[in-house]
Amino acid sequence: MSKLSKIFTGNIVVSLVAILFGLIVGAIIMLIGGYDPILAYQSLFEQVFGNKYDFGETLREISPLVLTGLAVAFAFRAGLFNIGGEGQFIIGMTAATFIGIKVTGLPAYIHAPLALIVGAVCGGIWAGIAGYLKAARGVNEVITTIMLNWTALYLGNYIVTNFLMKSGMDKSFDIQDSASISIQSLSSFFNDARIHWGMFLSILAAIFFYYFLWKSKQGFELRAVGHNHNAAEYAGMNVGRNVVKAMFISGAFAGLAGAIQILGVFHYQTIMSGTPGTGFDGIAVALIGMNHPFGILLGGSLFGILTYGSAGMSFGADVPPELIRIVIGSIIFFIAAQGIVRWVLKPFYSKRKKEKVL
Amino acid sequence: MDWVTTLGQIMNTTLVFSTALVFAALGGIFSERSGVTNIGIEGLMVFGAFSTGVASHYAEVAGMGAASPYIGILAAIVVGILASLIHAVASITFKADQIISGIVINFLAAGSTLYLVKLIFNGAGETERLKEAFTKYAIPGLSKIPIIGEGLFNNYPTTYIAIIVVFLSYYILFKTPFGLRLRAVGEHPSAADTMGINVKRMRYIGVMISGALAAVGGATVTLTTTSTFAHNTISGQGYIAIAALIFGKWNPIGAFGAAAFFGFSQAIRSYVTLFDWSSHIPSEFIYMVPYVLTIIVLAAAVGRSSAPAALGTAYDPGKR
Repeated sequence: MSKLSKIFTGNIVVSLVAILFGLIVGAIIMLIGGYDPILAYQSLFEQVFGNKYDFGETLREISPLVLTGLAVAFAFRAGLFNIGGEGQFIIGMTAATFIGIKVTGLPAYIHAPLALIVGAVCGGIWAGIAGYLKAARGVNEVITTIMLNWTALYLGNYIVTNFLMKSGMDKSFDIQDSASISIQSLSSFFNDARIHWGMFLSILAAIFFYYFLWKSKQGFELRAVGHNHNAAEYAGMNVGRNVVKAMFISGAFAGLAGAIQILGVFHYQTIMSGTPGTGFDGIAVALIGMNHPFGILLGGSLFGILTYGSAGMSFGADVPPELIRIVIGSIIFFIAAQGIVRWVLKPFYSKRKKEKVL
Repeated sequence: MDWVTTLGQIMNTTLVFSTALVFAALGGIFSERSGVTNIGIEGLMVFGAFSTGVASHYAEVAGMGAASPYIGILAAIVVGILASLIHAVASITFKADQIISGIVINFLAAGSTLYLVKLIFNGAGETERLKEAFTKYAIPGLSKIPIIGEGLFNNYPTTYIAIIVVFLSYYILFKTPFGLRLRAVGEHPSAADTMGINVKRMRYIGVMISGALAAVGGATVTLTTTSTFAHNTISGQGYIAIAALIFGKWNPIGAFGAAAFFGFSQAIRSYVTLFDWSSHIPSEFIYMVPYVLTIIVLAAAVGRSSAPAALGTAYDPGKR
């Protein structure tokens, strides 16, 4: 994990250069494919910032990415790799849908928060399974969380099919109005973009992340375990309990991401043939944001803008939207292999301060 | 229902489903035995499935007929090796975190293959359907044996190749000097270095073999199951292959067993509905079985983890 912790502390210049390199790689690939990269990037930004509706939808795209990014980063900070954001996301979705449909007669100020909390808690428990197995049985959390992703997919489909399904459709009933977290007034301001409270929740979650990890005793313990679990144990900390706790909170972020997608965006759940991908994208967001909550707000925004804008690229410049996955992959590559970026930056640095080369 | 036929068919389908997993898991073993975690197996399979789809198609167009699937496999090997080099350069030369650079492979694979498919096939979402995909080949004589004749000896050429490669990999890893060096580099790189083994070179070779084998795994999906490459041709098989190699304790024969088990749990999906007692089990639970079982087995096998000791760490000669 020492390598991971180096990435946390990596300076922001490296991240920015990595983003630039990623965009350049994308441009080169577009040139090779015979497209116009300048027009493509221009269309990408026009798609995002061109009108109020699309800007609102971009905000909608960003919120769950920030939350799954926080999920991955929180586990990273405790020395764990939560690759199961997908599964926790699905469990959060399913739990929120269940509460949203089955619980009736509650006022909105209780129903919606209840659905959100149950979604987050269920996501947390799902990740907690992997945490418990790691703590108690020493099972690598990477493998268990991957397995739990697929288990969650089928469990979610099972629950929707058997308890929540509209007959003859491949989706659930709509949730009760009282469980919805959509904000009508803001939505109409953004020309019916699907704006919801989840946007603010994701910002609150980032602030919570910051205060919990750096300003609380429990957060200190988690980070200590992440840095060196032997030292933490020697200092009298219960490593196992911290591992479970870290996974639980990490999963709760991802579960919340799933819940807001249901309660704020779709209002129903479909039968899924594959995992939605938001959890995996969270890994990229966490890396781009250098595992810092405020970096993740920026990383999530960048990711959301690129993803939502990629549709514009295909309208405006005829570029297949998949190109943006290459750009994002390259950005992570350059952030992970900082050696390359530092190697490129080295001449610039050594010119300015001769004695200290990176 | 004639149970002899059914049993043979289930065995047959099991092998069909496990072939891709076997190749990919073997690939993972070569990389991980050399000390490099390869979570990019999924992406390498995508690259393989894609390049086969394209190369076989063009071989067909060029009139190569029945040889075109093999051209496809060759293309997959080349592309797989090239793609795995991204992982190797990042994680071995630049000492990037191995899990992250593996994820990079997955991202790049998902993006670049679909980008290229749209570019090559004028905006279509999948490659042209192959006319010359592999067909089953019954081995004369042996395929007449009850149950295992149908189960083992009436299968795709790729399945036969996979089984040969399993034993070949075992031999290479455990009976040759090369295999000993590869494992030494994964267990204790500094000791290996002291003995004059070039750690980085061995790791590069390990990762490249893994790229080739995982890509062949992806290629078999295109050539035997789907006949075309689309965004969902490879959906999670790479991750299952990783589970299979861990399940099989980083041993080719063990991984083969584990892959066969995963293949079996996929194969029985279509047979469960045939019996009264089993038709009431919700299909979702049948789908879950392999994943849940993997977790249970890993949890039960505590303390006996046989992962290569230096797995996941970059080799730094200056470090004690």
